[in-house]
Amino acid sequence: MAKLLIKGNDAIVRGAILAGCRMYFGYPITPASEIAEAAAKYLPRVGGTFLQAESEVAAINMIYGAASGGLRVLTASSGPGMSLKQEGISYAAGSELPCVIIDIMRGGPGLGNIAPEQADYNQIVKGGGHGNYKCPVLAPNSGQEMCDLTMLAFDLADKYRTPVFILADGFTGQMMEPVDFKEPKMDSPRHDWALYGDAESKHNLISSIALDPDELEEHNIKLQKKYAEIEKKEVLKEEFLVDDAEYILMGYGIVSRILRTVVENLREEGIKIGLLRPITLFPFPNGRIAELSQKVKKFLVVEMSNGQMVQDVRLAVNGKCPVDFYGRMGGVVPSMNEISEKAKRWISEKN
Amino acid sequence: MAEKVLKKAASFYDSYFRNPSPDKKMTHYCPGCGHGHIHKFIAEALDDFEIADNTILISPVGCSVFAYYYFDTGNIQAAHGRAPAVATGIKRAHPNSIVISYQGDGDLAAIGTSEILHAANRGENITVFFINNAIYGMTGGQMAPTTLIDQRTTTTPTGRNAHNEGYPIKMSELISQLQAPVYVERVTLYDNKQRARARTAVRKAIKNQVNNLGFSLVEVLSPCPSGWKMEPVDAMTWIKEVMVPQFPIGIYKDITKEVQPYVYAKPNPTAAEIRELIEVIPDTDTGFKRSVYPDQYRNPQIKIAGFGGQGVLLLGGALAQAGMMEDYHVSWLPSYGPEMRGGTANCHVNIREIEVGSPMVSNPTVLIAMNRPSLEKFENDVVENGLIVFDQSLIDSYVKRKDVEVLPIPATQMADKLGNTRVANMITLAAYAAYTGIFGKETLYTTLKTAIKKQRLLEINQKAIDTGYEFGMEKKKK
Repeated sequence: MAKLLIKGNDAIVRGAILAGCRMYFGYPITPASEIAEAAAKYLPRVGGTFLQAESEVAAINMIYGAASGGLRVLTASSGPGMSLKQEGISYAAGSELPCVIIDIMRGGPGLGNIAPEQADYNQIVKGGGHGNYKCPVLAPNSGQEMCDLTMLAFDLADKYRTPVFILADGFTGQMMEPVDFKEPKMDSPRHDWALYGDAESKHNLISSIALDPDELEEHNIKLQKKYAEIEKKEVLKEEFLVDDAEYILMGYGIVSRILRTVVENLREEGIKIGLLRPITLFPFPNGRIAELSQKVKKFLVVEMSNGQMVQDVRLAVNGKCPVDFYGRMGGVVPSMNEISEKAKRWISEKN
Repeated sequence: MAEKVLKKAASFYDSYFRNPSPDKKMTHYCPGCGHGHIHKFIAEALDDFEIADNTILISPVGCSVFAYYYFDTGNIQAAHGRAPAVATGIKRAHPNSIVISYQGDGDLAAIGTSEILHAANRGENITVFFINNAIYGMTGGQMAPTTLIDQRTTTTPTGRNAHNEGYPIKMSELISQLQAPVYVERVTLYDNKQRARARTAVRKAIKNQVNNLGFSLVEVLSPCPSGWKMEPVDAMTWIKEVMVPQFPIGIYKDITKEVQPYVYAKPNPTAAEIRELIEVIPDTDTGFKRSVYPDQYRNPQIKIAGFGGQGVLLLGGALAQAGMMEDYHVSWLPSYGPEMRGGTANCHVNIREIEVGSPMVSNPTVLIAMNRPSLEKFENDVVENGLIVFDQSLIDSYVKRKDVEVLPIPATQMADKLGNTRVANMITLAAYAAYTGIFGKETLYTTLKTAIKKQRLLEINQKAIDTGYEFGMEKKKK
């Protein structure tokens, strides 16, 4: 099967188009700009719209408008831009508008740097804007997944009427890997809630306002039910040598790639260690973690952050076994040797 | 004789079912408010142009946040100030719809200044109604960007002071300075004559969009008796005597007779065409059988480093491409960002028989160093018994390590001899491939076709492959 050697950021855009996305609104920011550039190149060719917005805030509100029209829409940014977009994302979640938002994480806080960090986890996975909402978050770790998970993100967005995030980092965005592209989706079904500028759809209202507390509570309960259903049905994870493992390494995105090699190396040394990699960060693989926590000796969570996902791991483990954390910040990517050393030290430590 | 019946416009809902108030016939606006007039002008225009079914009205944040209670059209409620961006999104999604952005002064002229200016500047084919009542009505009478000097509000209790709050902002004047908008007019509502002018302006602004002429904005000086703490009649007088001198009414821009209508025509490609257009069909589906070569060179983790401009990233990309064509698992990771701009570049390539774990190569089994700083920087990272390939013509020192294999190659000199210094990278690639036996020559030729986009450079690069390959084979024998 012939594949294409392609950058992750580029794979996202082509995957999006294959998924039927025809609209992109965004603002340039390193290390996500290639997404805007590829969208600018390819979308007009297939009859789509690319528009460079005047700001991140405008971009997400253009998304809000276009999503109201029932079309598949995409935007992308990085940490500082995501912070700016949060208002619009909260509105989209409140108004139940499907859209796909890419966050190619960089170092923070503030302007930080453009090296790959994973410090947007809390911002993206926990909702980020105001109000009781959260959005599905997919965390690709390869070029192929940058394409495939983007396509999946559009399906989830439509299925649940929600913004869906791709949370990746500068490395996964910049890395070239072979990608196999699927056939384009050609049908775009009409949504009964959307506005098409015609008589059939004109009674629809896209809004997140509900002045009456009882009414707003009811709306919130509906949202929570949706999130519960997503948690029940949409968990994705990858396991590598977990079945007989005494120790579980956990990490997502680019870190999981490093961890895989660490597991390979430590297995060669006879250490029974496995990798559990969440592909969806919300919904989080709580059930599997809880199950494993009954039989393994330790969880070791590695992140390029101050320890954000590890908090979710600890909640799922619920004290059943120790959970250790190793993190690098500021865009420092931990090396295999560094993690192997840490892991060996952890394993030899008495609980 | 046609019978004239006075009744509510059909573009209004007969009963305001979305209003939670028990009275479904009354609006939520205060007595003497100007919104009612403007709503009526809009609804009548939608009736007359028969476009209510196609209209999507964007309600802002402000008193008109509930405009969707009334208009029997498509409705979107937008975040504060963002209506023009939302309008841009929905109009671009459905160019044949009629999109109206209805905004107050706080919404349009304060928090949403950027959105309105840029939507206007892009010439979005939308209609904007800007209700300027010089105060924040909804939130209880705070200062607006259009509040007049000395006007008292709850946040300017002693009156607006230019030294503290600046001057009232004049949006029609500002927007009319932009090139794209086709129609900008400021109107008011203080008497029948003014209301008739306002009505005409509202209709024109909508008609412009129906005719696909572009961006229209009508600013309406509108009374807010509650916010101003005035009787409705006094409020009208205040507009006439105090507001209008500050915000002169009239047409600020009208180029509707000069502009060409927008034409919306977009390609609608088939599935096969889409794949072609977005370039997801590989240049070649040629696959090559893997070579048989010594174990020590298998599954290389390669770091390639040199000056920016030496084609270091391309060399790495070509290695990964060649690997992919022989059905290996491959990855290519560049160093990127400011360090690239500093003039040195490096990339990491994995070519593996099983899935690639970490794409990062901290301890390479193969180092390809194209300049001296790269060799010095990465020499010590190479694993024991690893291979260091370096450009002898640019590096006058030698590898200090004794526990590694070394392949020096005068790549730049060889490239110069071929007539193009820049092919030193491909010479080095081919030498590495031949020396280790990892790739056959045919694989490299086909790789070139994918890696080298400029046809005229293909031939010289092929020569580079030949030259490098020969060099590698020679060294291998020794």
